[in-house]
Amino acid sequence: MTLRIAATLSVLSLALLAGCASQPAAPEQTAAGVEDRTPSAVVASPPAVAPVTSAKPNPYDLAALKDPNSPLSKRSVYFDYDSYVVKGEYQALLGHHARFLAANGQMKMLIQGNADERGSREYNLALGQKRAEAVKRALMLLGAREDQLEAVSLGEEKPVCMESTESCWAQNRRGDMLYSGEF
Amino acid sequence: MKTNWLPRLAGAWLGAFALLAHAQLSIEITGAGAQRLPIAIADFSGERVVAQALGSVIRADLERSGLFQIVDAPAVGMNENSAPNYIEWRSRGADALAAGSVTAQPDGSYATRFRLHDTVKQAAIAGQAYAHTSAQLRATAHRIADAIYEKLTGERGIFSTRIAYVVKSAGRFELMIADADGNGAQAALASREPIMSPAWSPDGTKLAYVSFEAKKPIVYVHDLASGRRYVVANYKGSNSAPAWSPDGKRIAVVLTRDGHSQIYLVNADGSGPTRFAASPGIDTEPQFSPDGKFIYFTSDRGGSPQIYRQPVAGGAAERVTFDGSYNVTPRLSPDGRSMAFVTRDGGRFRIAIMDLGTRQVQVLTDTAKDESPSFSPNGRMILFATEVGGRGVLAAVSADGRVKQRLSVQAADVREPAWGPFIP
Repeated sequence: MTLRIAATLSVLSLALLAGCASQPAAPEQTAAGVEDRTPSAVVASPPAVAPVTSAKPNPYDLAALKDPNSPLSKRSVYFDYDSYVVKGEYQALLGHHARFLAANGQMKMLIQGNADERGSREYNLALGQKRAEAVKRALMLLGAREDQLEAVSLGEEKPVCMESTESCWAQNRRGDMLYSGEF
Repeated sequence: MKTNWLPRLAGAWLGAFALLAHAQLSIEITGAGAQRLPIAIADFSGERVVAQALGSVIRADLERSGLFQIVDAPAVGMNENSAPNYIEWRSRGADALAAGSVTAQPDGSYATRFRLHDTVKQAAIAGQAYAHTSAQLRATAHRIADAIYEKLTGERGIFSTRIAYVVKSAGRFELMIADADGNGAQAALASREPIMSPAWSPDGTKLAYVSFEAKKPIVYVHDLASGRRYVVANYKGSNSAPAWSPDGKRIAVVLTRDGHSQIYLVNADGSGPTRFAASPGIDTEPQFSPDGKFIYFTSDRGGSPQIYRQPVAGGAAERVTFDGSYNVTPRLSPDGRSMAFVTRDGGRFRIAIMDLGTRQVQVLTDTAKDESPSFSPNGRMILFATEVGGRGVLAAVSADGRVKQRLSVQAADVREPAWGPFIP
């Protein structure tokens, strides 16, 4: 089972890489073929691909990273309590980042997983690692290379919001994507 | 002699207090045992400042244990050689009485002696002499309290042991080492990045811990006397949750070098990592049983975080906790008969204890954000982290749930306690 998934994933990422190389402007690609066999940590709902107008320059060139209007400016994926499942709503965002990484093979990404303050610090460190890994696997599924990605956990140690409220906790259950030069 | 030691000693004390005041742990007793043994500690004879300091440390130690009730002792000028009037001490309500002396020696050191009496049996039952410096005054008082405690309860005292904990204040993390009564706190490591999971080596000379100072969690071992340290685990991803084997030769760590958090065993110098357990999910928080035969750990392999154990020599993992959907952080009592852990009940996280023979569970605390339980080396108390008024504090509860203490530092968050072993 595990082997089959791995094989399926790598075939798919090869397909995506090939697609990206010939057609950088985001080919329509759905993950429908693997949906049934996808491990629980990766939700492979069809990515909503933002249309790219021909007038624009390449949306995945390096400058796009610094463009506040680029979808690449969004760097966080949020998780449910005690969960490391990437929700379907983040597939489009992860698709943009995966295509950017595919188009810029020299770029690397550090994915930092975070947890809210509740419960054991060590368990939360492991939970943060699972979240970072889930983001990493989603990016690989969508076309990034494994050697571009490192997943680490900050556990509950680096909260962005300090109050003991649900809205605060929700902000802290997070995976952050940092590019070369940002970490 | 008599004229020159006092200012010297007083100066040393003031200096020490000034240095340590910012990080001083203060201990508040919030619950005591049902039956407390009434004991009187007569003022020691000798130079007043030194003798009073000795007496007050001994009384505070015994009182904090929750097992003794301190009976007021009038200034009767006793020492270890006095023959007490047992009838009179009994009439004051004291079932036990300690008296002693502290004598300045020509070389500036001290000789301290005490004798413990059972006023019911009307007999001296223990006594000891100690040679020490002025800097070792508190340590001597703790030794005397340990001797009294052991004679009267039958179990070893923990007043001479040390604790480690992490203080967070204004973007600064400090790994502190203090006496079990919170005194003499010293920073072993200060960092702008988080520090977590300190674990004492079985001989008490080293601490393993996780530091984020290199922007990711890495496991270090730190020799306390020399301040030297080395990296035990720095692999791709996260490295965490160190736990020493009882013989001090190996350390269990959690690595993510194969993707997700799994338990490995490494030699104490960090060499030779071997995978210990395998699961598709999270395995973390390993701890050896005191006989070294099992590793207890937290895993979500069954769908929710629960405690399992697996033989170190090889074999299948066995689930240990079943009630509730969140049971984590297994910590075995020194006799190996019970296990403290954190259990979630509704939205509250509490310290519970399981009798490993009967598998019966008792919840020990009524706070809501309890973490990181750590047994005292005599198994009597469990030190843990909790939150009071939005601030991290340490608290301790006896293994029977009766005695409760709270330890806090002014204007800082205290967390990640680890109670050190007996000092030989």
